[in-house]
Amino acid sequence: MALLEIKGLKAGIEEGDILHGVDLEVNPGETHVLMGPNGAGKSTLGNVIMGNPAYKVTDGSIIFDGEDITKLTASDRAKKGLFMSFQNPLEVPGLSLESFLRNALREKTGKPVRIFQYKKQIEETCKLLDMDESYVERDMNVGFSGGEKKKAEIFQLLMLSPKLAILDETDSGLDVDAVRTVSKGVEIFSKNGGALIIITHSTRILEALRVDKTHVIVKGSIVASGGAEMVDEINNNGFESYVGA
Amino acid sequence: MDSEMRKDTPIDTGENDSGILLQDVERGLYDFKDEEREEDFFKVDEGLTPDIVREISEAKHDPAWMLDFRLKSLEIYEKLSVPDWGPPIDGLDMAKIVTYVRPRTDMKASWEDVPEDIKNAFDKLGIPQAERESLGGVGAQYDSELVYHNVREDVAKQGVIYTDMESALTGEYEEMVKDHFMKLVPPTDHKFAALHGAVWSGGSFVYVPKNVKVDIPLQSYFRLNAPGAGQFEHTLIIVEEGADVHFIEGCSAPKYNVANLHAGCVELFVGKNAHLRYSTIENWSKNMYNLNTKRAICEEGGTIEWISGSFGSHESYLYPTSILKGDSSHAEFTGVTFAGKGQNLDTGARMVHIGRNTSSFIDTKSICKSGGISTYRSCVEVRKSAVGSKASVNCGSLMLDSESRSDTVPAMVILTDKADVGHEAKIGKISDEAVFYLMSRGVSEADARAMIVSGFANPVSKELPLEYAAEMNNLIKLEMEQG
Repeated sequence: MALLEIKGLKAGIEEGDILHGVDLEVNPGETHVLMGPNGAGKSTLGNVIMGNPAYKVTDGSIIFDGEDITKLTASDRAKKGLFMSFQNPLEVPGLSLESFLRNALREKTGKPVRIFQYKKQIEETCKLLDMDESYVERDMNVGFSGGEKKKAEIFQLLMLSPKLAILDETDSGLDVDAVRTVSKGVEIFSKNGGALIIITHSTRILEALRVDKTHVIVKGSIVASGGAEMVDEINNNGFESYVGA
Repeated sequence: MDSEMRKDTPIDTGENDSGILLQDVERGLYDFKDEEREEDFFKVDEGLTPDIVREISEAKHDPAWMLDFRLKSLEIYEKLSVPDWGPPIDGLDMAKIVTYVRPRTDMKASWEDVPEDIKNAFDKLGIPQAERESLGGVGAQYDSELVYHNVREDVAKQGVIYTDMESALTGEYEEMVKDHFMKLVPPTDHKFAALHGAVWSGGSFVYVPKNVKVDIPLQSYFRLNAPGAGQFEHTLIIVEEGADVHFIEGCSAPKYNVANLHAGCVELFVGKNAHLRYSTIENWSKNMYNLNTKRAICEEGGTIEWISGSFGSHESYLYPTSILKGDSSHAEFTGVTFAGKGQNLDTGARMVHIGRNTSSFIDTKSICKSGGISTYRSCVEVRKSAVGSKASVNCGSLMLDSESRSDTVPAMVILTDKADVGHEAKIGKISDEAVFYLMSRGVSEADARAMIVSGFANPVSKELPLEYAAEMNNLIKLEMEQG
């Protein structure tokens, strides 16, 4: 059974649909790459899967882990095992990553978080991501550089260990070292059995991953799907052949 | 409140988590009242006359000078008019305010001796728990009298005096009280200061001798509990040279239909190189008129730190004032105000720089929701003598919906060009994107909003002792849940 099954999904904002009937299936543990020109609807698709109330679903359905989640809130989707790494992680003054994640974990498991275990997990995850532990005590994303924000997203991904993570341009605008660290985190998540939908413009984050499927989205529809080889093909030839299709 | 705040129009502006977050608390905790045995209490007539003032004075066994002081204050009260520059207080009918209600118990030395129904009320307010957690001393005021008071022995051994105002007034500290009482806030200051002078009752007296450092906070709870009763407690704290103390005042009151008035007065004397931190969480019931006056004066090198959380009340006028008299004295004000439905809270701070090289820092956060009005009002005054002084004002507002209102009235009167003065104001709303961001990690929408608001108020809560920070976060969560 597919972990995520999207059928005939139409969604958008008040002014009109941005997605015009998207079909997509992701099996447990698979890595899917979502590519497409700017404004094609990649981020919209990620946000609609995650349940951003800024977008309205006008038709179709999203089935996750055997359950129709089309009408669920973002928090209920997260509790079921969905996660999205934001393209622009938001700053939340006065709320530390450490205290926020403790709340999120408790919500998810329905049990109080065991502090000693939690601290240990933080320590190990920070080490893995080459992150200074002081970051978790600081206000969420406040004063973080672009790279630090993305690392903090991957930190949350590893701490929450969802079943499926959407990475919305997690690698864009990062220097080589930051991409390497972020990729390492994503690779660990994948190796532990996590499924991925990666929205990206580059191949750097994909190097260490085994890509199962690549999709090209143009004007709100998936116009082509293929294997890992499509990523290289697009990087060499661009989207031209798809845009006309 | 403060008489001179009326000048603070913009025209004058020469320049200008934690696990705690999600605990469930019943709102009812703060709205309960004890119906029983009210008829047992001694009450004065509803209006205010010299005879009533004499009656109060007699019942309290005032010394003669205090009776004179009360009567003079009453004269001043009659001459002054109510302030017209802040939230409207037309709903307040002084003829209907019972100014003084005497509880039927006398001062008690130990918790066990306090009558059961009063004890139950305090239980709900968490006082014995706070005591268990070994805070310094507990002084709890039930209506207008102190019914329970205790100072931990080691504090008393240091020579620290912590008692109720009545005991201080009639005991060996009478002269000290006489020298300081309403010297910082004279009855002429404004109408409600005059009223306070005439009918004040209850409150705390703290004296910290030279070079004594009290390392546990002293705390006091105030609470109103009779329909139509006003509360006029007086707090007088004297911190001698080189001494250090933290005083915590916590307030909460049950809800009533009759308009309630709180016109307390706080006077703080900070000696040379002394340090005083004064923390307050006020959670008055939503029909209360909170017209409180708080003022501190610092000698050379002295420091006053105000931590202030204003939640309840129908209307508030509250602007703690710091007078930086001595050279190099320092004042900080950190405050959060939450105005919900039906509330009009006018809060802020006033700093008066007189000595050279004095410094002040104001950091406030105000939150409004469901039609609540929150006004930040401050006045920073740098006198000509205050050469080399620094003042900084930082105020932020968060509006949780479009029906609420947030205003900022930051006045500055700078009379020397040898001062460094800065001001920053921000008004914002909760971003839907930020709420979605937190929700995408599994927290509910209500919790996400509460976390953002608590985070916004964090500069205040992180300065409070843990249990008070927890109470404040709970209050924020409760306010968020109310329609």
